[in-house]
Amino acid sequence: MITPPVVDLTLILPEMIVLGVALLVLMADLWLAPERRGYLVAASLAGVLAAAWVAAGAADGVSFAGMYVRDALTRVGQVVALAATGLGVLVAPEYLRRYNLDRGEYYVLVLTAGAGAMLMAASRDLLMLFLALETLSIPLYVLAAWARGNARSQEAGMKYFLLGAFASAFFLYGIALLYGETGTTRLPDLTSALAQQPAGISAAAGVGLLTIGLGFKAALVPFHAWAPDVYEGAPLPAVAFMSVIAKIGAFVALLRVFPLALGALADQWTLVLGVLAALTMIVGNLAALAQSSYKRMLAYSSIAHAGYLLVGVATATPPAASAVMTYLAIYAAMGTGAFAVAVALERSGGEADRIEDYAGLAGRAPLLAAAGALFLISLAGLPPTGGFVAKLGIFAAAVETGSVGGLALALIGVLTSVISVYYYMRVAYVMYAGEPDQSGGVRLHASPLLNLALLITAAAVVYAGVLPGAVTSFTQQVGALLSRL
Amino acid sequence: MLPVAAYLALSAVLFTMGVVGVLVRRNALIVFISIELMLNSVNLAFIAFARQHLGIDGQVIVFFVLVVAAVEVVVGLALIVEIFRSRSTVDIDDVDLLRG
Amino acid sequence: MWFRTPGGDLLLDYIPVLVHFVIVVGLTAALPALHALVGGSRPTPPKMEPYESGVWTIGSTRERVPIRYYLIAMLFILFDIETVFLFPWAVVYRRLGAFGLIEMLVFVGVLGAGLIYAWKRGALEWE
Repeated sequence: MITPPVVDLTLILPEMIVLGVALLVLMADLWLAPERRGYLVAASLAGVLAAAWVAAGAADGVSFAGMYVRDALTRVGQVVALAATGLGVLVAPEYLRRYNLDRGEYYVLVLTAGAGAMLMAASRDLLMLFLALETLSIPLYVLAAWARGNARSQEAGMKYFLLGAFASAFFLYGIALLYGETGTTRLPDLTSALAQQPAGISAAAGVGLLTIGLGFKAALVPFHAWAPDVYEGAPLPAVAFMSVIAKIGAFVALLRVFPLALGALADQWTLVLGVLAALTMIVGNLAALAQSSYKRMLAYSSIAHAGYLLVGVATATPPAASAVMTYLAIYAAMGTGAFAVAVALERSGGEADRIEDYAGLAGRAPLLAAAGALFLISLAGLPPTGGFVAKLGIFAAAVETGSVGGLALALIGVLTSVISVYYYMRVAYVMYAGEPDQSGGVRLHASPLLNLALLITAAAVVYAGVLPGAVTSFTQQVGALLSRL
Repeated sequence: MLPVAAYLALSAVLFTMGVVGVLVRRNALIVFISIELMLNSVNLAFIAFARQHLGIDGQVIVFFVLVVAAVEVVVGLALIVEIFRSRSTVDIDDVDLLRG
Repeated sequence: MWFRTPGGDLLLDYIPVLVHFVIVVGLTAALPALHALVGGSRPTPPKMEPYESGVWTIGSTRERVPIRYYLIAMLFILFDIETVFLFPWAVVYRRLGAFGLIEMLVFVGVLGAGLIYAWKRGALEWE
């Protein structure tokens, strides 16, 4: 006898708002005159704000036959994902008009990817996690190829797609193995099933394959090879959005799977995640040193940041889980901001991608250069910015465990951060001390929405750096959730 | 009747063939077909496990995987067609503008 | 171990598979070999035609398919595959009642929006 599952639609109200607005934008764009696309941007932003307001205050609950959960991690993860989605909408319109890429579907894809990240944060079931991961990834493949006539953008889209689908297949096989071993895909049932029986090879292989799938999305070494190419080829606003939203989705999912569901088996996976984190920090930072392209440098920088975040997941204590969410929130601001600075520039018909293009920016646009320097300082993790608070939280949690592994990871993290200061500050130095390009090849583009995005991200980075309590008091509920287990 | 393990072994063989196909073949379409082979081998594993556990979850999962695979086909074909239109090749060694 | 079957011995379970495998490989190798050995071969031009005694082939068989075809094929796959959700719903339609009906109407509504989108964007026109 089949009984229909209990469905509580009020629980998924934030996702319904975002997807409803996405559908509305898709339909409205069919009839709207092109010069009125501003309404689509406004509708997208309104939807994101409304969803964030609902998500921040929604009550906890479990529904959809136990596949969906709204708890502290859902709340924090969704608010951060919605912030990234809102910023992703803000940085796009001027750039899209400039290169004649302005179509309403862009915002539909951004909103859908945002909803995918939100659902990842709320997954209580591996199938749900897979569907959410695909809802996040597939729009990102299309966004990477958004510049249709541009061969580099097409290539970025195809690379991202082929490698992403490859990783998804591994992720799915991991689910199949875990389902075969335990007979369930619900995370809590998996926890109890694996606690009863000694974990077999197949369960271990299943968890390993899940890690590959999520590691690809988060661009962990050695699953990072796609990131520099895709970041270099894809249009700047799409990169600004995808670098942040994919990380939010992947790391919230890693928190759900590892510390929350498999916490009891921590001794079996901390070493693996710790080694991956160390590799990712080292490779990301060293490769970033050699880059002459601003986008590729930020791509390797984003790989390095994935390494720092993974230190938090591998540490897996309540303070570490809170620190991961704090890091994601701050990274959403500084990561989007660093790309948004590049969106404002143009070099003779193309993106201003060479680091020389930023020479003397301080003389021509003092505020833009100040914002750029601020994001770079924050990415390097220097006080008094949010980046410092984010790194401090992760490394402090790792040291707090008192284990050799935790100390080693924190040490590698600090050392690689010192290396990273060099390549970030090189760009900041060029902005302030470099000889400005006199030929007029590099042009500035200002737009109210882009300025708003820069203002919000810069303010958030400074605010989180000066008053970290404002962020950590919101994210610490994730640690409290973990400590209740 | 064949034991469940036989289906699992077949699924593992098909999955491995898919992985090898992705790593070895250079034509984007063939790589793409190999990925589809991987997804469908996982479907076979789900069905076999559902039989082993006498549950229905595994069969339900296959429905969702089928739909996701179809969506991937559409997005992937669109990207490949777009590249073919502008370059008349889908060999992934020829698609190499992005290299640092 | 994931080769384990419920209450089954691993090696014993495999013997039928092994026998099956050996027979299949043996047959597929033996039949063409037997054919080559016994059958003999006297090719004449008419025998080499793709369709013996049929109509003449016109043009190359490796005709290139118009790119439009891919668009239609993609749309077909998208809308076709969604029926996998309609079938199970139809089976338990009565038990799910009004709530199930409304949910399925929403689902079909979203698909309908997709169809309207494809239509308005001109994806359904051949020329």
